[in-house]
Amino acid sequence: MYVLGVETSCDETSVSVVKDGKEVLSNVVLSQIDIHKEYGGVVPEIASREHVKGVTYVFDKAIKEAQIKYQDLDLIAVTKGPGLIGSLLIGVNAAKVISLNYDIPIVGVHHIAGHIYANNIDNTMEFPLLALVVSGGHTELILMKEHYDFFKLGETQDDAVGEAYDKVARVLGLPYPGGPVVDNMANKGKDTLNFPRPMIDSGDYNFSFSGLKSHVINTHHNMVQRKEEINIENFCASFQEAVTDVLVHKTIMAKNEYNIKQIIVAGGVAANSGLRRKMIDKIKDVPIYFPNMAYCTDNAAMIATAGYFQYLKGFKTDDLYLNGQSRLNMEE
Amino acid sequence: MRNECIYLKTKIVLNSIEDTKKLAKIIADYAFSGMIIGLAGDLGSGKTTFTKYLAKNIGVNDNINSPTFTILKIYQGNYDLYHMDVYRLEDIGYDYELDDFIYGEGVSVIEWYTYIRDQLPEELLTIDIQADGEFQRSLLIEGKGRYEKIIEAINNRYSN
Repeated sequence: MYVLGVETSCDETSVSVVKDGKEVLSNVVLSQIDIHKEYGGVVPEIASREHVKGVTYVFDKAIKEAQIKYQDLDLIAVTKGPGLIGSLLIGVNAAKVISLNYDIPIVGVHHIAGHIYANNIDNTMEFPLLALVVSGGHTELILMKEHYDFFKLGETQDDAVGEAYDKVARVLGLPYPGGPVVDNMANKGKDTLNFPRPMIDSGDYNFSFSGLKSHVINTHHNMVQRKEEINIENFCASFQEAVTDVLVHKTIMAKNEYNIKQIIVAGGVAANSGLRRKMIDKIKDVPIYFPNMAYCTDNAAMIATAGYFQYLKGFKTDDLYLNGQSRLNMEE
Repeated sequence: MRNECIYLKTKIVLNSIEDTKKLAKIIADYAFSGMIIGLAGDLGSGKTTFTKYLAKNIGVNDNINSPTFTILKIYQGNYDLYHMDVYRLEDIGYDYELDDFIYGEGVSVIEWYTYIRDQLPEELLTIDIQADGEFQRSLLIEGKGRYEKIIEAINNRYSN
């Protein structure tokens, strides 16, 4: 079964052809990162305009590289949310045009389902499966008892973990995006400041990083006022230790409670070296997968893969009323 | 041009999260379709926390978390809530995709509103938050037109 994946939820225009949810025949990604870098983050209106400019080219290139024709496709899978609404609409509408023109069924896919299913390209998913989704916009623990069955065990009550990294970096005078820089600095420092581990004993699977962010900012502010010397590397290490302690602790809690067979860490923060190290150190009894770098950032191969399993599971296909949604619950 | 004199102002001090809840309740009682609330204050001053309590009081049941990454999050309630963080628009000024919401039928809460102040309507409620300590916050609240009665309600509540 040939599935065309389409992903335009943020700043990457991507189209891919994946066979049977496994074999990637093409995965074209047109990144806008250089355009947004000078603004210190993605600018929604610019992102939409760039998607419009690139979308036709990316569609045609993906089809050409896969060496098939639009007529050969069996299904179109497009990210319907969550994401930037203007960006989502470009992908959704382009996908609907192909669906209508060639009479191919279409399914709207949840972006995070895509990040989880990126794992199926290189590995085989085993259930019950636990996914820790960590990025600039998400911090969630998802339980899957079988294919395409998502249960959100918990999520952040305020800031996403990647966002906390960006904001702490901003206060410390480090460049955007904060994740890689803070991670790098943390590797050279020591946990000397003993920041709180928010909600670590809450007994549930929710997270909170806003209070930690405020605590870090206050500590920095007070040290500046007292004219104390600030060791940025230790500062970053202390922050990173606090964050990863909580993430790993709750992952282990869920693993034990639900008899988990496989753990997937997905999203941009999956690239964080401190998190990777701690996960591998502390969890020995269950395999942990971090997706291949090519499928770690936003891409359409993961959407095609997720769409394939969504379709197989018998979920209703969408019609031309399919629309983008900036905020979208996975369990819907 | 803006005329500072015709903006009604009040200054209050909040000492706890309970105080923030109370203030959010007072403001939510005056919610109307098309309401715009601008929030300013440093990282960690409590902009999103205030929005959480406001949301609860206008019938939004979902958990409100930070809109920083997507700039806009939309929630359904008695009034729909359009929760925005325009920090990243500082150098750009404005993003016209936000127009549909700012001039829409729900309640808009705009964090870091000062970055796009010139493009916002003259009539709105603004709350500038200053963190005095770990819990204490000093607030400057301003409004005109339809927002004046909110300032009066806050004054009545806090002068007693």
